[in-house]
Amino acid sequence: MSQLQQRLAAGQFVVTGEIGPPKGTNVGPVLHEAEHYLKGRVVAVNVTDIQTAVMRTGSMAMCKMLIDRGIEPVFQMVCRDRNRLALQSDLLSAAILGIENVLSLTGDHVVMGDHRDAKPVYDLDSVGLLQAMTRLESGTDMGCDFKGNPNQLDGVPKFFKGCCTTPCGPDPEAQVIKLEKKAAAGAQFVQTQAVYDPPVFEKFMKRIEHVKIPVLVGIVALKSAGMAKYMNRAVPGVQVPEALIKELTAAPKENLKKVSAQIAARLVRQMRPMCQGAHLMTLGWDDIVPDIIEQAGLKA
Amino acid sequence: MNATERKPNQEILQSLEGAAKVFVLGCQGCPIGCQTGGQPWLDEMKAMLAAGGKQVTGSALIDMICNKAIVGMKLGRFIDALTAAQVVLVGSCGVGVQAVGNMVGRLAVPAMNTLCMGDYQGLWPSNERCAECGECMLAQTGGLCPITLCAKSLVNGQCGGTGFKGQCEVSPEHPCGWHLIYERLKSLGRLDDMRRLQKPRDFRKREISDAYRHTIRWALEVAEDEQKSDKPQPVSK
Repeated sequence: MSQLQQRLAAGQFVVTGEIGPPKGTNVGPVLHEAEHYLKGRVVAVNVTDIQTAVMRTGSMAMCKMLIDRGIEPVFQMVCRDRNRLALQSDLLSAAILGIENVLSLTGDHVVMGDHRDAKPVYDLDSVGLLQAMTRLESGTDMGCDFKGNPNQLDGVPKFFKGCCTTPCGPDPEAQVIKLEKKAAAGAQFVQTQAVYDPPVFEKFMKRIEHVKIPVLVGIVALKSAGMAKYMNRAVPGVQVPEALIKELTAAPKENLKKVSAQIAARLVRQMRPMCQGAHLMTLGWDDIVPDIIEQAGLKA
Repeated sequence: MNATERKPNQEILQSLEGAAKVFVLGCQGCPIGCQTGGQPWLDEMKAMLAAGGKQVTGSALIDMICNKAIVGMKLGRFIDALTAAQVVLVGSCGVGVQAVGNMVGRLAVPAMNTLCMGDYQGLWPSNERCAECGECMLAQTGGLCPITLCAKSLVNGQCGGTGFKGQCEVSPEHPCGWHLIYERLKSLGRLDDMRRLQKPRDFRKREISDAYRHTIRWALEVAEDEQKSDKPQPVSK
């Protein structure tokens, strides 16, 4: 059982981090950041899967490199780039490399990225990918033989299955319905899209009270007022309140990292009573993670 | 011509669960050529629905229900029977089902799967699109097609890319298909349809079925191909 699963089962408030693989083979810097700022401070580290459809080094290989360095990974998997054969095969590959935590995501559309002419796959959706994991855990795959019997696996994987939800999006009711389906398909934990508005999050948590799986609130570090405004304009399901934008505008440039960490820590403190953990997405500012954790009053 | 096949009666009855009163509407265009629709289909549906405990409030055959203007015009005189029904069962390609769903304030349920658009999307091309997926799920999506309206063809609901104006992440001009479906189902009081866990799609269904291969239309096309192959072929060696 993964550390993430054990700690959530024990009712501890967990903190996870996130890294993005590089475009190219130079994995040194990102691994250094993970070892330096995340290891020992967060229970697990998400590795993004060709995030925003910008082609990069793969998530699974990076997850294995984290394991080799004593860091527990959360293997993000999107449905954009692989059909059900490749997804299932990669799940088995992940299992033999010792990867347990897997996060099922739909994946940003290819037109959001840097290969806009590529064919988007979406053979399965994020619910289907959870069903695929559940099926593999039961000892069969999604296919069947000519008599219609499910194909048996020789050696059965075990995962800690995660999914995502958007608490502050335009159709919270539709998000709740989809989350119910994800839970029914086998999801065991939820990470959320970035939340900056604790009262909205609290309302959403009330709506999903009947979905009995732990929720890690998503905190994306705000690097500047410009970034906050950009997110309001362009990132679906994310809204940064005006007060936070003002706070960032007022901050002197050399103090931005400090203010960013303060805001993130405050958000964690405010939402800690409402959920079971926080997922910190610092987008390259991994060096502020220790500061956030300390100011939020959390221990590793 | 748009090739269709009939859905099994059991699947149709499942789609009509909870609706006691049904209006049956058939297209007299392509389904005639495919031998899937027309008067024989209409009679069979009415008998099947009666046997299944449904009340048929009315029925009609319209020449080209892929065209919303024609649908609106021709359905005018059936307004009472339509209003009395909770659901409209539509025997046509996916374009026709969506056109009906967009014209009447009732859930339009497909009685057929669309296999092949032949040359073009119906005789009267319109905004509604059909992807010829062969396992029409319009009954569960308020008569709006998630395969063509959603940029990712998701079957279980919206992703995280829906904007605050209900737009899709791929472009501000592109509405989120699942946002439209959610709004439609909410207005129809049928949000439970969205709660159904959909199985991964069966992409074999996109192949032309044996049923279609046995139609007169198919035979004619094959005969033409065979005639062509009788002509002297260039020698490749």
